Amino acid sequence: MSQLPAFTLRVPENTESDGQEPSPDNEGALHSSFCELIEEQSSLVAGAIEMELQERSREPSALLPPLDPMATAGLEPKQGEQHPGYATTLRILANMPSHTIGRSRGAIISQYYNRTARLRRRSSRPSLQQLSHTARPSLRQYDLESDPTNATLADKQSLLAKELLSLPPAQRSQVLLEVPLSLEEKRSLRRQLSQRRSTPGLRVHSSEPTSPCAWCQDCIVLGCRTLWYRFLALIHAAQPWHYALKQISGRFGSSVLSYFLFLKTLLLFNIISFLLLLVFVVALQAAYPPAVASPRPFTGLELLTGAGSFTHSLLYYGYYSNTTLNDPSASSPSGSTSPSRATQLPYNMPLAYMFTIGANFFATCILLMYSMYHSFLKSYRVGSSTGVLAIKIFSAWDFKVVQRHSVKLQSENICTQLKELLAEQRLRSCPLSLPQRLRHITVLLLAWLLALGTVLGCVVAVYYFSELMHMVQQKQGAAAGSVWLQEGVLLALPFVVSLLNTLMPHFYNLLAAWEKQDSPEAEVYVAICRNLLLKMVVLGLLCYQWLSRRLVCSAKECWETCVGQDLYRFVVMDFIFTLLDTGFGELLWRLILEKKLKSKRRPEFDIAQNVLELIYGQTLTWLGVLFAPLLPAVQVVKLLLLFYIKKTSLMQNCQSPSKPWQASHMSTVFITLLFFPSFLGAAIFVSYTIWWEKPSETCGPFRGLQTIYQTPKVWVELLEESNPNIAWFGWIPQYLVENTVFLFFLTGMVLAVIYFNIQVLRGQRQIICLLEEQIANEGEDKKFLIQRIHCIYDDKVHCA
Amino acid sequence: MLLSESKLDGKQMASLTFFLPDLSFLPKILKSNDLHLLSVFISYSNTCCLLQDCTFFTRKEILRLHGRYHEMAPNVVPMDYTKDPDVKLPMQLIINMPELKENPFKERIVESFSEDGEGSLSFNDFVDMFSVLSEMAPRELKAIYAFKIYDFNTDNFICKADLEKTLNKLTREELTAEEITLVCEKVIEEADMDGDGKLGFADFENMISKAPDFLSTFHIRI
Repeated sequence: MSQLPAFTLRVPENTESDGQEPSPDNEGALHSSFCELIEEQSSLVAGAIEMELQERSREPSALLPPLDPMATAGLEPKQGEQHPGYATTLRILANMPSHTIGRSRGAIISQYYNRTARLRRRSSRPSLQQLSHTARPSLRQYDLESDPTNATLADKQSLLAKELLSLPPAQRSQVLLEVPLSLEEKRSLRRQLSQRRSTPGLRVHSSEPTSPCAWCQDCIVLGCRTLWYRFLALIHAAQPWHYALKQISGRFGSSVLSYFLFLKTLLLFNIISFLLLLVFVVALQAAYPPAVASPRPFTGLELLTGAGSFTHSLLYYGYYSNTTLNDPSASSPSGSTSPSRATQLPYNMPLAYMFTIGANFFATCILLMYSMYHSFLKSYRVGSSTGVLAIKIFSAWDFKVVQRHSVKLQSENICTQLKELLAEQRLRSCPLSLPQRLRHITVLLLAWLLALGTVLGCVVAVYYFSELMHMVQQKQGAAAGSVWLQEGVLLALPFVVSLLNTLMPHFYNLLAAWEKQDSPEAEVYVAICRNLLLKMVVLGLLCYQWLSRRLVCSAKECWETCVGQDLYRFVVMDFIFTLLDTGFGELLWRLILEKKLKSKRRPEFDIAQNVLELIYGQTLTWLGVLFAPLLPAVQVVKLLLLFYIKKTSLMQNCQSPSKPWQASHMSTVFITLLFFPSFLGAAIFVSYTIWWEKPSETCGPFRGLQTIYQTPKVWVELLEESNPNIAWFGWIPQYLVENTVFLFFLTGMVLAVIYFNIQVLRGQRQIICLLEEQIANEGEDKKFLIQRIHCIYDDKVHCA
Repeated sequence: MLLSESKLDGKQMASLTFFLPDLSFLPKILKSNDLHLLSVFISYSNTCCLLQDCTFFTRKEILRLHGRYHEMAPNVVPMDYTKDPDVKLPMQLIINMPELKENPFKERIVESFSEDGEGSLSFNDFVDMFSVLSEMAPRELKAIYAFKIYDFNTDNFICKADLEKTLNKLTREELTAEEITLVCEKVIEEADMDGDGKLGFADFENMISKAPDFLSTFHIRI
């Protein structure tokens, strides 16, 4: 497929004056020269072709020998055999319309004219009988030689402008942005458009009916789009981290940048949660504080433990009242007059609390699914398994990297990756022997067994430790110890869990170094798997303990506040351990490498580990939002501090990553991990608590109810009592939400849509295979034609 | 020139124009100097509108780009762009920009966006270059210009020689000649669909569409 015979076409000299870029006027001339030639000689050689075809059908291998005098072994002909017409032929081939996209202005404008005409007509291909047969089949829709008025560049431009005017404004601006012309030409085109738009006579060309409806729709769409772009511009302008991210990407590239972008995404989620809760729950409760027993004085320990003076504060569930705030019927039992302020609406706090938490999760779900969709769209392509080396060469160089040292490192990276790819391909051609493969598999199995064993061990350790803490607390409850000791004991379990979460990944790194996976990508996936498994299993155990309340928060009356405090402690401890890990892992390690070992290498930023820590912290926040409504605010503060600390540590202590990292692919994986075990797990936990757990009797907005889920039912009953006309409102939860048939139906629909999409994907893969075959066949056709033309010319020259 | 004497830097100009509303109702007590300044700003903002529609930048960013273009050659580049001055900066100045200085393809990038074929960029070409290399440009547009950049001999094909040059620039000539030949052959084998031994634009675009990282790596932050 990569053999190229030398061309011996001798072409009349006047077509050579085109040079590199033919003027658009001559495109027709090029086509007609081919056309004449073939017509002239077709009758002469028809007989010869038939004979050769018969020969070829008998001996397929005879294809090469007749062409040997012209064929060469390599991709380019050697100097001695180069025919004088070779360069001309290549130049002509290079000026074929399909090859001049992006180069010849006339071709670009024609192509875009046809594209916009197609958009207007919404037809895929004009019927074959209409156009002349000299055009290549794939180019017949380009209308290149069948439009006799398209002689000059100015004409083509005005045609394009006319076509653009007939498009809806949204599409018009899109096409204008995407045309690969130089900026001056785009500006002149746009000037033409605005001039034409001001002369109303030319609007008759549009084939769409200019009904007021369509015009309104256009205006609305354009207005919305303008507003959206202004909003985006505002957001971009308001970004305080634009230069920080530029610095990071300039020195470390897209891979490390993806961590900071992920952090920004999480910050956005938390800010939205916080604002929702602030507006609908926290601010209103703060305006109408309940009567609280004497508040304890503030000592510094509260920031760590979340207990003490924070217990009866807005931070936790227990503070929120279960009544309707500012209810006019209940406010003045002593018969005083109406309040001095203007009309105040009563606010049903339990309902608001439940619905705000629900809306919070719903909004986060939608945002996450949208991010996942976006990310997946960028990184997944159907049938993209081949072409690894080519892709690497053309998309591996990160243009954002600007520092000299980083650029040098990047070159080295790419060199190493290319060598690895070559070695891998060599290995694939000669695979490992049987004993080597057996040994490799044994090592893998052992490593996995060890990893799973450690996970189990950690879980058991956490369980026994929490039992121990429970006993210690009971003993302390009996004896009167100091406040510090009592509060300090509460921190022990979070401390141990965070310690395990920080140390085990380093152990898994050692395990991976012993294991020696085949490819660096597999290493990353295996590391992520193991770390995630550990974190999720430990969190699962803790969730079970919080729900069963046998060992944790067993004695407390207000168990929700207790669970909220526990989660607060976990979040704070996680932050402290991240700081310690940054300090020891990066700063101390760099000092050791520099001073003791005297090596120039610096520690690398472990992207996967850091992102998993972020996911873990976010899971804790989502788990705790029901019990501690201000936890998203704590997470916002934590993420802000984390950004600056990580950036400073990165700049001071780390070097660029040496392993390959597919940034967009890994971003998709991380967003998916954020959705699938993290968010869904938290949503299941919160749903279970809302549906089944009995809220405590003495505190919180749901005291006295059987489950939190009863709140809207109670409210609907109240509504029905006050106004019997809206009894149908109670119909909705009963028949839609709780009815299993409806949910069954919904699930069936979703499964059907998924199946349909899988089938579409399969069909698309098949079409891609067929199209690739078609292109290869067209290439063969082209080669055949050129060889024929050479033969004809040679015969012509010899005969003359 | 009045403006160059007033010594306004790009940032101040940008901030002024950003906040400048419709000025037709201005009192006539303003001095002629200020009026001239303001009229330049108004017409400049019109130019910015035109540029804004044809590139992926907002007005503020275009003004910032103008500031950068101006500071490369303050004596040559005028502050006043109302009459579309025909000013071009040579390639040597542009490739010394911090964003391009260490890029191995800097000459090719500048040549691909230059209209006169020698590598000098007018302000329009300068904005065009950073617009195509920005985050918001679509994949197809970036593929067209990436093809131009990697086509060193400008023959509309990426042939083996172009690939060898690309590899050498990427790896700073660390690969051996045998490895380079092997890699080039493999690349052409993988990407060439119609069998002519070179990569045409269709082959290149097809391969780029399979590269998920292309959009994020073919991106310069300005």
